[in-house]
Order: sequence, then structure tokens, then C-alpha cells
Amino acid sequence: MNPFVQLNNVSKTFDVSAPWLNRVLERKPQTFLHAVSDVSFDIRRGETLALVGESGCGKSTVARLIVGLYAPSQGSVTVDGQDMKSAAQSTDASRALRRKVQMIFQDPYASLNPRWRVADIVAEPIRTHKLITDPAALDKRVAELLGFVKLTAKDGEKYPHQFSGGQRQRISIARALASNPEFLICDEPTSALDVSVQAQVLNLMKDLQREMGLTYLFISHNLQVVHHIADRVGVMYLGRVVEIGDKREVFGNPQHPYTRMLLDAIPDLKMTGKARTPVAGEVPNPLNPPAGCAFNPRCPKRFAPCDQSRPQTVSFKGRDVACFAAQEATP
Amino acid sequence: MEALNRFFDSDVWWSFKRSPVTVVAAVLALLCILGAVSAPVLAPHNPYDLAQISLLDSNLPPAWQANGNPSFKLGTDQQGRDILSTIMYGSRVSLLVAVCAVAMSILMGVSLGLVAGYAGGRIESLIMRIADIQLTFPAILVALLISGVARQFVPRDMQDAMALYVIIFSIGLTGWPQYARTVRGATLVEKSKEYVQAARVIGVSSSSIMFRHVLPNVLGPVLVIATLNIANAIIAEATLSFLGVGMPPTQPSLGTLISEGQNFLFSGEWWITVFPGAALIVMVISVNIFGDWLRDALNPKLR
Repeated sequence: MNPFVQLNNVSKTFDVSAPWLNRVLERKPQTFLHAVSDVSFDIRRGETLALVGESGCGKSTVARLIVGLYAPSQGSVTVDGQDMKSAAQSTDASRALRRKVQMIFQDPYASLNPRWRVADIVAEPIRTHKLITDPAALDKRVAELLGFVKLTAKDGEKYPHQFSGGQRQRISIARALASNPEFLICDEPTSALDVSVQAQVLNLMKDLQREMGLTYLFISHNLQVVHHIADRVGVMYLGRVVEIGDKREVFGNPQHPYTRMLLDAIPDLKMTGKARTPVAGEVPNPLNPPAGCAFNPRCPKRFAPCDQSRPQTVSFKGRDVACFAAQEATP
Repeated sequence: MEALNRFFDSDVWWSFKRSPVTVVAAVLALLCILGAVSAPVLAPHNPYDLAQISLLDSNLPPAWQANGNPSFKLGTDQQGRDILSTIMYGSRVSLLVAVCAVAMSILMGVSLGLVAGYAGGRIESLIMRIADIQLTFPAILVALLISGVARQFVPRDMQDAMALYVIIFSIGLTGWPQYARTVRGATLVEKSKEYVQAARVIGVSSSSIMFRHVLPNVLGPVLVIATLNIANAIIAEATLSFLGVGMPPTQPSLGTLISEGQNFLFSGEWWITVFPGAALIVMVISVNIFGDWLRDALNPKLR
């Protein structure tokens, strides 16, 4: 079976140079930020892939590349057999893709227009794609969508500021579901919420996935949330995917030292009293990444090849890893 | 009705009630506007109806002075027109010009600022540099220039009839950069918010995002600037009229009245120019105080 979403060597570079006049006067070179480099992975229909990593590692950029908010500098993104770049050229194809791929944002306080009523917010995708034109049927559909996320039709009359963070995030989910999408990209959908509300939203998302056969790309830096919701996990570091594979494999037997470091840092009730290993060091400046493997300044297993070249992604033990030390250890 | 109740329950109404200066200013401004708008009904005379004016009544002092005539409360000018009535009719013209000019500035400034902020890149640079260049010249100079150029395109016999439109156009055109800058700044802030990205993900067109999502969220500051600019536009119009490039004497505004009256200042008929001047000052100051209060009341950082 063909993968539903496919990323092939996708890179995204941002031009962060000073303005032209400053560059000329101060003789500064042009500077580029490699937010995402050479990322490839597949997502199968109906599964949940989680991307994890520290702040600034390019998770959100990957999400925006897939949804089409950014165009990749290199490589290609294919959704359901449609290349995003070629789809963008024809209005019909891009409309169809827009309908199929929706996104849930991180900040429920910024992702809903404060001047719009909730019913209008939820109905926007339907109106934009002209899925339902009859006003009575539209009202019914909006009520149904609000019902999916455990809100009532009456809530549609209110404005976003009259809801709590968890309720707002559920409104976002209702809006994302309005165009009957097949693929939802969730960019840290629970990180702005209280823990009790997080569970509520996550369980709702799981239920909806089961009922509607949705495919999720779930972005988070909370490993426990990922453990709860994901089928497969990808670990990103400085714009690259360093380890990606089945959740049980990656969490149970991490191969990349960075994955191990992240997992060691998770608080655990069984380990109360014992010292945990904190995540050491900091992410290097992406404007000036270290030579060789980008993780080498922080890596406990650093050895000669790490400083010379970048490790290739190699498939073994049921996952893909980019690490010389891991490859060395496995014959 | 519900909206009205919500208004009387709001912070804005509360802070309005608590500021006596603002209440006085608002009442004065309202009186000026009311007097101006309903001049044909409320004014004791129609100063532009030749059948009603008589040269015998010319240069009468205000009613409380020795030679005053009680039917001309603030006296008459050299043609026997009632000063109170000319002020009411004159502020009608002044207000009309100010409101139309500000509306024109808003229309231009908001749409250009919105496009500049949303589109970015070269379009933004172009629009904002034009705005910057215009801002380096004093506003009144630009208005003089525009009205001078615009007059050249109007046939000589139409000049008086077209004067109103020319002056609205020239004041309106000088005001837009302020709105464009404000709206551009607010648009840049709104554009980066996630609800705009959400709309893009849904597939909403750029123009629809600009006008239906971003525009309602950037109009707050525009309202404040507009109120303050009404006062500025009244002054600009009075200045242009005083300098003789504004409203013609057949259709005088407050500025024209002051300009005509000052010829008689040294012959003792001070009321011809002082009363229109006082009316102008009251109108401008009260609108300004109201605008200042509005700016503070709508500024979330000062609450």
C-alpha cells in the first residue's frame, strides 16, 4: 500500500540576512537558516506519526511544509499521490488538497478570530469550499460538528473569548473537521492546556480518529503525550530526523543517543528519589551548526567519524537511525 | 437593545462617566454638531437668502451692546447677515468637509496599509516610502499644493461649485499616511497570528483574509485617529479657507468667515471675526478632548 503522506529529502531554508543596505555598508554576508534539511518519512493512512524534539528543531516547519503554508526549498511533499508543488499550480487540485489536509494549532487563544462567532468559525471551511450552500443544512452541520467535540449548538452563538482554553482547542478541532479532511496536522495541540484538559483533548482526538479513520501528524515535545497517542515516533534534532520508527521500538530500545537522552529525562514515579539524567547541553545555533554530525557537541558516544561527516540514515532493528555509534554497535 | 445595554455596562461607558472634562467636551461637541447639522431648522435667519437680508441691518453689534438688535444675538456683518446664523451654516460646511476628508483618508489609508502589511515585500516598500515622503512635508503645504493643482483641472466658471470637492480631496489626500502606517503595523501583528494561518490552511483567498479576518481586528486604533483627525481636518479646512484657497464667500465655512471678518477688526467690528473664531476653537478643542479620552479608554495597556 502506498503511503498517504510522503516527504522526499525535504529542506527548507529561510533567508535571515540583514537588509540589503546594511549588508552593503557593513559588509555582512547573506545568512541562511536551514530550518529543515533533508527530511524524508512516510505516513500511512490511518496511523499517527509523532514528531518530537527540543524547541527550534524544525518540527513546526515540517508541519507547515506539509500543509502548504511554506513551500519546500528542496525535495517534494506528496499527499495522497498528489505532489504539493504541482497541485499549487492548479486551483482545483489545491482546493481538493486544502479540503483533505487540515491543521490544529498550538495556541487556542490565537487560532480563533476574536471577532467571529464560533458558528462562523466552524462554518468557514464549508463556506470556502462551498460544500453546503443551503443555510439550514449548514446550521445543522455546524451543530453536528460542535457535537463531535462535545459542545452544544448554542455555543455557536458565542464568541471565542467566552470559552476556556480546552474548549477553544475543541472548537479548533471542530473547524478542522468541517471539510471532512483525511489528514490532520496537530502542531502541539495540547502544550498550552492544563494537564487535566490535555487528556480530555487527546482522548477526543483518539476517538475521532477511530470513528473517522483520520491520519494524524502529531507534533509535541511532551514524550508522555506522544506515548499516549502515537503509533510511530520520529525524533528531530536541528532540522533533521535522527531516529524514526515504531513507538514501541523507539521508546523501548532507543538507538540514537539523543533519543536515549530525551527518554532518560522523563520523570517517572518508579524512579522517585533516584537522580535522573537531565538533558545536557544546548541546541547549537542553527545559523552555524557544528561540522559533521550536528549532535556531536552533546553526544556521550562521540568518536572520530562524528566530527568528519554527517551520518546517513540507515534502517535497522525496525527503525531508521542516523548515527555512526549506533551503526558501529550493530554488526 | 441588547447591544445598547451592553454598551452602558462596558468599561468604556464607565470611564466616560468618571471623566467630567470628557463629558463636558462630548456635550459641547454634540451641541456643535447638532447646531451645524440642523442649521436650516434652528438658525434664526437664513443668511444666504437675499430676500431676508437687508443692508440696513449691517454691522450691528451683539444684542447686549448699546446699538444691538435683539433679533441678531451675535450681531451682523457688513452685508447685514446674522453672525449666529452664518456660524451655524459655516460650521455645517466645515464639519462636512472634515468628515468627508477624514472618510477619504481612512478609505485610502486603511486599504493601502492593509495591502502593504499583508502583501509585504516590494509592494509594502513602495507604499510605505510614498507615505514617508508625503509625511516629510507639512500637511498644510501638501493640501495647498494639491488644491492648487486640482483647481487647474476645474473650469473657471465651475470653481466655486467645485470648491467643496477640491478641498475635501486635498485634505483627504494629505491624511492617509497616518492611517496607512497604523494599519500596516497592526496588520503585521495580526498576520502572524494563528487564525490567519488557519484561514490560509482552509484555503481562504488572500483578499478574503485581508478584509474579513484582518480588517475587523485592526480597526480599533483607526477609530481613535479618525476622531483626533476630524479636529485636524477642521483646522486644515479653516486654514485653507483663511488663505483664500478654500471655500468661496458664497458658501463660507468657519475659515472663510474668520478671513472675511478680520478685515473689519481694526474698524471696531470685532464680532464679525471673533465669534466664528470662538466657535472654531470650541469645536476643535471639544473634539480633541473627546478623541484623547477615546484613545486612553480603548488602550488596553492603560486600563
